[in-house]
Amino acid sequence: MDITRRGFLHLSGAVGSGIALSTLGINLKPTRAYADELNKMNRVKAAKQVTTICCYCSVGCGLVCSVDKMTGKIFNIEGDADHPINEGSLCAKGAGFFDLTEANKHRLTKVLYRAPMSDKWEEKDWDWTLKRIARLVKDTRDAGFVKTNAKGEVVNRCETIGHLGSSNVDNEECWLMSVKCRALGLVYIDHQARV
Amino acid sequence: MTNHYCDIKNSDCILIMGSNAAEHHPIAFKWILRARELNGAKIIHVDPRYTRTSARCDYHVPLRSGTDIAFLGGMIHYIIENNKYFKDYVVNYTNAPFIVGPDFNFQDGLFSGYDPEKRKYNKDTWVLEKDDAGIPKRDMTLSDPRCVFQMLKAHYSRYTLDKVSSITGVSKENLLKVYSEYSATGVPDKAGTECYALGWTHHTVGSQNIRTMAIIQLLLGNMGIAGGGINALRGEPNVQGSTDHCILYGNLPGYLKMHVASLDTLEKYLHKYTPESKDPQSANYYSNYPKFHVSFLKSMFDDKATAENEFGYPWLPKLDDGVAYSLMHLFDKMYEGKVKGLFSVANDPAVSSPNAGKVRKALEKLDWLVGENIFNNETYEFWRGPGVDPKKIKTEVFLLPASATMEKEGSQSNSGRWVQWKYKAAEAPGDAIPVGEMTLKIMDAVKELYAKEGGVHPEPILNLKWDYTDSKGRFDALKVSKQINGYFLQDTVIEDKAKGTTTTFKKGQLVPTFGNLQADGSTSSGNWIMAGSFTADGENKMMKRGKEDPTGLGLFPNWSFAWPVNRRVIYNRASCDIYGKPYNPKRKLLEWVGDKWVGDVPDGPWPPMADKEKGKYPFIMKTDGVGALFGPGMVEGPFPEHYEPLEGPLTKNPMSSQLINPAIEIFKGELDKVANASEKYPYVCTTYSCTEHWCSGALTRWQAWLLEAMPELYIEIGDLLAKEKGIQNGQRVKVSSIRGSVECVAMVTKRFTPFQVEGKTVHQVGLPFNYGWLFPKDGGDSTNLLTPTVGDANTFCPEYKAFMVNVERA
Repeated sequence: MDITRRGFLHLSGAVGSGIALSTLGINLKPTRAYADELNKMNRVKAAKQVTTICCYCSVGCGLVCSVDKMTGKIFNIEGDADHPINEGSLCAKGAGFFDLTEANKHRLTKVLYRAPMSDKWEEKDWDWTLKRIARLVKDTRDAGFVKTNAKGEVVNRCETIGHLGSSNVDNEECWLMSVKCRALGLVYIDHQARV
Repeated sequence: MTNHYCDIKNSDCILIMGSNAAEHHPIAFKWILRARELNGAKIIHVDPRYTRTSARCDYHVPLRSGTDIAFLGGMIHYIIENNKYFKDYVVNYTNAPFIVGPDFNFQDGLFSGYDPEKRKYNKDTWVLEKDDAGIPKRDMTLSDPRCVFQMLKAHYSRYTLDKVSSITGVSKENLLKVYSEYSATGVPDKAGTECYALGWTHHTVGSQNIRTMAIIQLLLGNMGIAGGGINALRGEPNVQGSTDHCILYGNLPGYLKMHVASLDTLEKYLHKYTPESKDPQSANYYSNYPKFHVSFLKSMFDDKATAENEFGYPWLPKLDDGVAYSLMHLFDKMYEGKVKGLFSVANDPAVSSPNAGKVRKALEKLDWLVGENIFNNETYEFWRGPGVDPKKIKTEVFLLPASATMEKEGSQSNSGRWVQWKYKAAEAPGDAIPVGEMTLKIMDAVKELYAKEGGVHPEPILNLKWDYTDSKGRFDALKVSKQINGYFLQDTVIEDKAKGTTTTFKKGQLVPTFGNLQADGSTSSGNWIMAGSFTADGENKMMKRGKEDPTGLGLFPNWSFAWPVNRRVIYNRASCDIYGKPYNPKRKLLEWVGDKWVGDVPDGPWPPMADKEKGKYPFIMKTDGVGALFGPGMVEGPFPEHYEPLEGPLTKNPMSSQLINPAIEIFKGELDKVANASEKYPYVCTTYSCTEHWCSGALTRWQAWLLEAMPELYIEIGDLLAKEKGIQNGQRVKVSSIRGSVECVAMVTKRFTPFQVEGKTVHQVGLPFNYGWLFPKDGGDSTNLLTPTVGDANTFCPEYKAFMVNVERA
């Protein structure tokens, strides 16, 4: 198996794939991969180990990220053998966790903006972006705010902005979103729990 | 889950129905198989399709999509007729002996109080009778013809083997096999559990699918015990947490009810949602509701929330009574042009929403769209999707780059309610930041505008407590998690009358349990069920990694924190008899020893219910203290009833004159077409995932290893149907519903076999829902171009699992 030719990953990813695939029981025979494995094992021993939890289904499997102390980069992710639920094992998606890191060339790294009627993205900075979004949120909210409903009852809500997501972020992020939506007066609030 | 993943090993019989656990929850499946290794557990798979789960089970029973209530209703009938229920449990721990009100009735598919115009029930007759003291009447002999048990028996006596077989397409032999093996757990020393997933929720009767099983579990005494319960194998990493924090229209964090227009004061609101019980043996824990709700308001508005201003109650939005604002309603209004802006955070509704063609058209009506994610997807790029001319789309779109999960700190709650802490391993690439930080910064910018310019109803925005950044101005997850847990906002003395102790807490200390929360504004808690995730002195229990297992049942009490109050199995007092002795001494989850409970964290400290003075019933969150066989909380009836899917192969429901669930909302937009029992769309269709992809595929399609394993959309089609249609394995086919079509590869298989339903042959097919047009380019588009806009009557979970299609060679 020629990992480089198949273009699975950047170099560091290919190194990481050895362990990930070996946890699936796939034997990587070629000499070169074996040599990489030795290097990687030494790197794993010297690395900072950081635990995390899988981001796919709800089983909550533990993973260990090996972080190179020199570069601060993750170079390997594998199942956490101390974790009482997965006991080190992972499914295909969990075993491929490394491909969610910055090693994946498809990751978004810049704010992208698409202007009305445009057929392309353009890059923007955070400062401009946050100001523009806040302006749109405020103008939309102020213009469409509903003080009373058809029955004349006070409702103080904004029906012109919807909020979807997410069960794929952390609890603290979920709570902030839930609270943000209520402070803005949104009512169309939903996420993957329903779908 | 009422229980948790490691607990599945304690089971003697595992019914997997509505789930393909081996492929979609492989590590959960390890615990299922362990039950077989340890206890010789039976493992049964009931599912329309033969899958890898079926292959590892004792046997597989195919049933037609959308007929689970008929299947399970037949099991209730079997359990009662054959005296398989656990009588001691049923009499003491359920409302079986309670007497149903005289005006409640059920006729030809409808319960009393139905309004066909509104498609809603008036529930005034769905009540249980009370005596002069206001305590529910009981007939402990279960013989009164109006007692719940007899009403239940009568209701399900209609679910005969012949009837159920004809509806579900399951042979009578298979029905009896499952019924007898599963109901064998209705004895003190056996445990049966059920594992479900989206296969149960994605129906117009989804909630009642689960409730039917809950009735079975109560009848068999399987709730609250090790190896028992009803276990949702949830499909998203933090869908437990996101639901707990209620990023949902109808609830506030901790499942508090969202405010509605008719309740214009805090007093009216608290009165309505604080249940009252006159029964001294009912703990009625929700009588503490005001403490949870006021503490939530304090977490939002801090010292701006005072008793004088009703703790900010008037600032928050109110829903119209009885109106839903779900994802489907949102896209319906958006299609009408009434919604102008949308936040789409870490999701991909252009692929994952039902009737995706309508959703994509709706997105074109937006003025602006903010996406937050680690990868691009079909929602954020709808303006250049198939058949869309970008020059005609006015929408301003922002796509904000997010940190991936291992690039940020925070907690995640698994399906077993274990809230586990994650650590940051590396910096995110480029300008990416955590979604939490985006939320803080966007709201900071909005607050700044309102402070500078004023605006409409600015109070909730300006008064919102929003100081969750660290010294560098970055999102501080620890600060937020402490706010979620809650604080003492003034020096407080807590008196424990039972123990005869007092404890003093200082202002600024963390609340160590929700039992300490107050309704007077002296405590805060962003989410009461999470109170206790920290100690008063700030130890973060979510970080715990202790592997001790004192009961040997795999509770792991020192690993992470489980809500509520680190209880690992909910309703655990029901694992003991009324004297507090474990029904099953071999799996001792809890035991009353001397004057206290030993084992798991009990559902309340009170003695078992045989102590008539201090003892309490086990189901402490229920007003009556017992499990509800009669469940008037559901919108379509207190007893689950079989109705056909919105789109199915039959013109008549074999059970009654009500073809479909009478309480579902019918969407009537121009794109909401339905083709029931149509010759043009003759095949039942269902949708599902695969091991290598996840949900819409919006994360996994961008990963080379996973994509190579599962590169494109396919349809599984039974070999008999394929032969009939002249379709060969590997050929390209077009799959159409009345709403849209997709092209894909045909996988001709023996995994789908035709059903005999009401005397005719019904074929079923299925497709994965993991693909979209954006990437990979030739991978096929969303299966949800086929699915209808319709949802469960209680929850609005869409009916992705049963609808009608045609299949032709492309």
